[in-house]
Amino acid sequence: MRLLRQANNLKVSGIVVLFAIALALPAISPDPATTNIAVFTMMYIGLATAWNIMGGYTGYISLGHAGFFGFGSYTLGLLLAHLGIKAGYTPFLFVPLAGLATAVLALAIGWFALRTRAATFVIVTIAFMFMLQLLAENLVGLTGGGGGLSFPVPPWGGDYFNTPYYYAMLALATLGLAISWRIRRSKFGLGLLAIRDDEDKALAVGVPTRAFKLTAFVVSATLVGMIGGVYGYYVTYIYPQFVVDPLIGISMVLMVFLGGLGTISGPVLGALILEPAQLWLAYNFGASRLYLVMYAAVFLGVILLLPRGIVPSLVELVERWRARTGPSASAPSKAVAP
Amino acid sequence: MEGSHRAFGVRAIQGGGAVSLLQIDNLSKRFGGVVAVDDCSLAVAPGSITGLIGPNGSGKTTVFNLVTGFIRKDTGSVSFNSKSIDGLGPDRIYGLGIGRTFQLARIFPRLTAVENMLVPVRRKGLRALFSRADWGHEKARAMEMLEFLEISHVANSLGGALSYGQRKLLELGAVMMAEPQLVLLDEPAGGVNPALLERIGDRIRRLNDRGITFLLVEHNMSFVMNLCSEVVVLYRGRPIATGAPEAVRKDPTVLDAYLGA
Ligand SMILES: Nc1ncnc2c1ncn2[C@@H]1O[C@H](COP(=O)(O)OP(=O)(O)OP(=O)(O)O)[C@@H](O)[C@H]1O
Ligand SMILES: [Mg+2]
Repeated sequence: MRLLRQANNLKVSGIVVLFAIALALPAISPDPATTNIAVFTMMYIGLATAWNIMGGYTGYISLGHAGFFGFGSYTLGLLLAHLGIKAGYTPFLFVPLAGLATAVLALAIGWFALRTRAATFVIVTIAFMFMLQLLAENLVGLTGGGGGLSFPVPPWGGDYFNTPYYYAMLALATLGLAISWRIRRSKFGLGLLAIRDDEDKALAVGVPTRAFKLTAFVVSATLVGMIGGVYGYYVTYIYPQFVVDPLIGISMVLMVFLGGLGTISGPVLGALILEPAQLWLAYNFGASRLYLVMYAAVFLGVILLLPRGIVPSLVELVERWRARTGPSASAPSKAVAP
Repeated sequence: MEGSHRAFGVRAIQGGGAVSLLQIDNLSKRFGGVVAVDDCSLAVAPGSITGLIGPNGSGKTTVFNLVTGFIRKDTGSVSFNSKSIDGLGPDRIYGLGIGRTFQLARIFPRLTAVENMLVPVRRKGLRALFSRADWGHEKARAMEMLEFLEISHVANSLGGALSYGQRKLLELGAVMMAEPQLVLLDEPAGGVNPALLERIGDRIRRLNDRGITFLLVEHNMSFVMNLCSEVVVLYRGRPIATGAPEAVRKDPTVLDAYLGA
């Protein structure tokens, strides 16, 4: 029991330290090259965490989340344009609105897509994403079509340029993690995990599976939509293939698989490893899409060597070690991963 | 047999057997060319342990799937506590008080045994739904049930790590967590060793003593004869005999059905 409390204290202090580092990062290392990496890494921590709420907890693999990302991005851009919002901090206040719009879209998409399961669901999500990409291209009057959509250009510059976006991404990632954590230990979350294990059995013991899946889907998409909004404002110019990018959708999935599907810390770890690695490759090998090769390699490696991801494998290792050395105080292996 | 006396007693209180807990009328279901359930009518008396027997492929599992809303019926109707449950989904039907287990035990393999027990527990309101999964009193009730089934020592093991017998017990225990009135058991003794078979039979009887009604499918005849107060024999999707176990066993049409199958 005391061991358990010690471990818990350790975990809490670890989280506090990591969060403090994340908060102080722009001060520690203010050069734009670093903070640029930090913005994207924080963005993917948020995206992977959000994706995991659906994909990790319920086992429904969506490869179309880039659709929600792009939709959130376009929604914010269009809101700012039509409301004539000036650059500065005000655009950030409209991010929740982009989230709300994405929630409505996710409700409609999920209503239909969640009638399917397994491989069919995966294909439906991909189809949805390309449909959205096509719409963004063809509704020229609304979106500007292939010509793209511009955001107001922020008045700040220099070392400070990335900082507001970094904090916006940090805020969204933190929100995502808080929601993910809350769901993971809740009765609702237990229902999601039951769906992942055996959906019909869950139905047989009274889990309203449709409502549960739809809720997880909407929560997941909403977070992704908001992050997409901030991204649009950060890059200041978006076009359909750029924000409704299948690779963004694949990246968040891969990060979750690498870190550990259905865990809370797994998606964070996956993003912390993959995103800087991808950016490093992009900087060092120019525009060549070498990182695609890396992604393929990582994917193969995960499937072959770490099918459950890093975090669950580590947890198991620690538990086996504890069981061998500890005074048999530790309980038998539990499903709950940190 | 003690069980049957008690069961009939309950019925007497409710008025001469007129009121049944579960009423199935003219139920039919075909799969392509196969008529799985054919104009089937049967009733389950409150407080009883009713057996549903029949040769392989006679439609027993399909009846369960129809009653619990897993598949849509072609014709017929089902009512529970005199209210129609036609067209409701499995989760709603469970919520009304009809639990079921599966022919091949189904549990959640990546949840612990206790978590398996907590999934079916009902909670009212959104706040309760989004607060912790392991409320003390719910967990205590889960542990109590695990102890009752003598599997509390695996409470924190993953479902996937349990033996088949333990899974059978866990599935039975979990379905009880929402306090159903009626439980449909699909071969509760299938594939378990004789010692465990006895334990399962004993626990079903004790749960029945607490007021829970059972409709059970089973191929093990001595298990059925010992436990059930009433037996329905299904043959090619149709009930061909109904009555006390001893009487049904000697019924010539039943013997023919089993030999002919
Ligand atoms: N989903 C399905 N699709 C097609 N045919 C089915 C389906 N379910 C059952 N059947 C057919 O319906 C008939 C009745 O099957 P059912 O499983 O209800 O029998 P059962 O009495 O439970 O048999 P057993 O004792 O072997 O479990 C069989 O011929 C079976 O092949
Ligand atoms: Mg069967």
